[in-house]
Amino acid sequence: MQTQTPAIPDTEIQAVIDKDLHLEAPLLPILHGLQATFGHIPDNAIPLVGAALNITKAEVHGVMSFYHDFRKVPAGRHVLRICRAEACQSMGGKALADETLKLLGLDWHGTTANGAVTIEPVYCLGLCACAPAAMVDDKVIGRLDKSRMDKILQEAGA
Amino acid sequence: MKIYVPLDSAAKALGADEVAEAIKVEADKRGLDITLIRNGTHGMVWLEPLVEIDNGAGRQAFGPVSVEDVPALLDGKMAGLGKVADIPFFARQTRLTFARCGIIDPLDLADYEAHGGLAGLRSALAMSGPEIIKEVTDSGLRGRGGAGFPTGIKWNTVMEAEADQKYIVCNADEGDSGTFADRMIMEGDPFTLIEGMAIAGIGVGATKGYVYLRSEYPDAIRVMRSAVKVAQQKGLLGADVLGSGKAFDMEIRVGAGAYVCGEETSLLNSMEGKRGEVRFKPPLPALEGFMGRPTVVNNVISLATVPVIFEKGAAHYADFGLGRSRGTMPIQIAGNVKHGGLFETAFGMPLGELVNDVAGGTASGNPVRAVQVGGPLGAYMPVSKFDTPFAYEEFDGQGGLIGHAGIVVFDDSVDMLQMARFAMEFCSVESCGKCTPCRIGSVRGVETIDRIARGDAAAIPLLTDLCDTMTDGSLCALGGLTPYPVMSALTHFPEDFATAKEAAE
Repeated sequence: MQTQTPAIPDTEIQAVIDKDLHLEAPLLPILHGLQATFGHIPDNAIPLVGAALNITKAEVHGVMSFYHDFRKVPAGRHVLRICRAEACQSMGGKALADETLKLLGLDWHGTTANGAVTIEPVYCLGLCACAPAAMVDDKVIGRLDKSRMDKILQEAGA
Repeated sequence: MKIYVPLDSAAKALGADEVAEAIKVEADKRGLDITLIRNGTHGMVWLEPLVEIDNGAGRQAFGPVSVEDVPALLDGKMAGLGKVADIPFFARQTRLTFARCGIIDPLDLADYEAHGGLAGLRSALAMSGPEIIKEVTDSGLRGRGGAGFPTGIKWNTVMEAEADQKYIVCNADEGDSGTFADRMIMEGDPFTLIEGMAIAGIGVGATKGYVYLRSEYPDAIRVMRSAVKVAQQKGLLGADVLGSGKAFDMEIRVGAGAYVCGEETSLLNSMEGKRGEVRFKPPLPALEGFMGRPTVVNNVISLATVPVIFEKGAAHYADFGLGRSRGTMPIQIAGNVKHGGLFETAFGMPLGELVNDVAGGTASGNPVRAVQVGGPLGAYMPVSKFDTPFAYEEFDGQGGLIGHAGIVVFDDSVDMLQMARFAMEFCSVESCGKCTPCRIGSVRGVETIDRIARGDAAAIPLLTDLCDTMTDGSLCALGGLTPYPVMSALTHFPEDFATAKEAAE
């Protein structure tokens, strides 16, 4: 289900930008603020951010697209980040991730058809001594296995 | 009755929040008067959630505790582990940087002070800038992020630079797989890092500090932000640090999911609101760093080790260690390992002793085949190199590096060709794109390893040649060190690169 993102009024975007303008080098904090507020960085935010910082739209876009965290469109209602790094691989993380993607019929960065869950790869959550690890939104999970993964997906409504 | 349940991410990932909740409910039912303290972790992750109960006769440990265990725990019917300090994994350590982690309430400044906190800063405040730098230099402290550059020399460069504004930037972009020391100390003893940064600031004449903290660590971000607020309210940070008349304040900045931003110049660009691309050196960040001003960029553990050096003296710290690797290192043992966690010890312990004795071998019970030391850019060490002492030069001499001191253990099910391929793939995903050997070399590396996997032996010399080009031609450690895991896998585990070919023949 691909829903059209409703347009966010410029005034609301400007209010979020203004909150961080007093900081030294505020671009990253502003982008984080926008994403935390709206779930993504709306297209119409780019010229507003550029104007506020006296940089070009291309520069804002360049920064935004460099970092894995920033999204142009909203994610699903929950984001499941599965660690792909070496420590998790040593404990069967790759097989578990492959199986999960296959089960949901998704590739990395994909969202389930009902909009419930987006699956993202992550390279290390610092939970390497209780691998394999994942994170659902802000909640960390260690020693993942098939049954815990099933429970997570069920709770998230995937 | 005091009950301690860790708030550390690893403990939470294994159910600590649920256990804490159950303890409250069950204590209520029993009419027990308890004080629940959320401490940091002691670092024995296989025992988490590790709960400690103090009935007035000292803290007794229990773990791992599940929600189902809580009634028995409160009724005194659960078998305990005794005192944390007596558990062999803990008893063998030398805890200097992590002395308070797991013991205190991370956000209680009075508790911090009662356990030796702020003594280092008070002693530094009585010194001149050059005296502070000398103390750090004499301690032999080297950059704990991986490069091992002497911290005192870096600080001296910044101190001698003339500028109206200088900065302390803490690199908390701990992206290496197998490492979690930065996260653990930021969650378990955040004031240590704040105190270390304040000493650095006062030493070099910087009044502003930043912690660049990765977004993958939401719990550490929350704890650090709260700790900075407490420190500002209590006068540890601000215009008049502990009433000395000297100013130092700081702020937490959050990264945005780019591994390369752990490289210091890329980190500085990111903080300035630019793409996290690597900068050419020179100019050194010590002279032209954040906003073009003189900047100390140090890893979390380097800065968090500074307070204990000033508390106990440079000589005390430098007394530990081996050769030019002075002091202690918090070694993080992870992956397929029976007893995983953080083990702080003096430099010099052989790798095999860490893996087999301290950590008890693999979790799966199968033989150890390879150990990756130093994160995704570190070499895969075979069992035949297990007598290598854990120290900077000693690992270098064996074609490896200790990096941020993460050890990832693999059992005999590992396919080393796939691990080499992953190293190249990771480099291609995370490359900042500025230099060609890294940006294009990593993509070609994946393709070349796939050719080898299909049985094309002619691709092996090509891979070696490509790795030489990446080593010599890359601008930073990402492209420059990716050949370490690739070439160590190829050199020490050639059978994994030959099977497909033989099968085809």
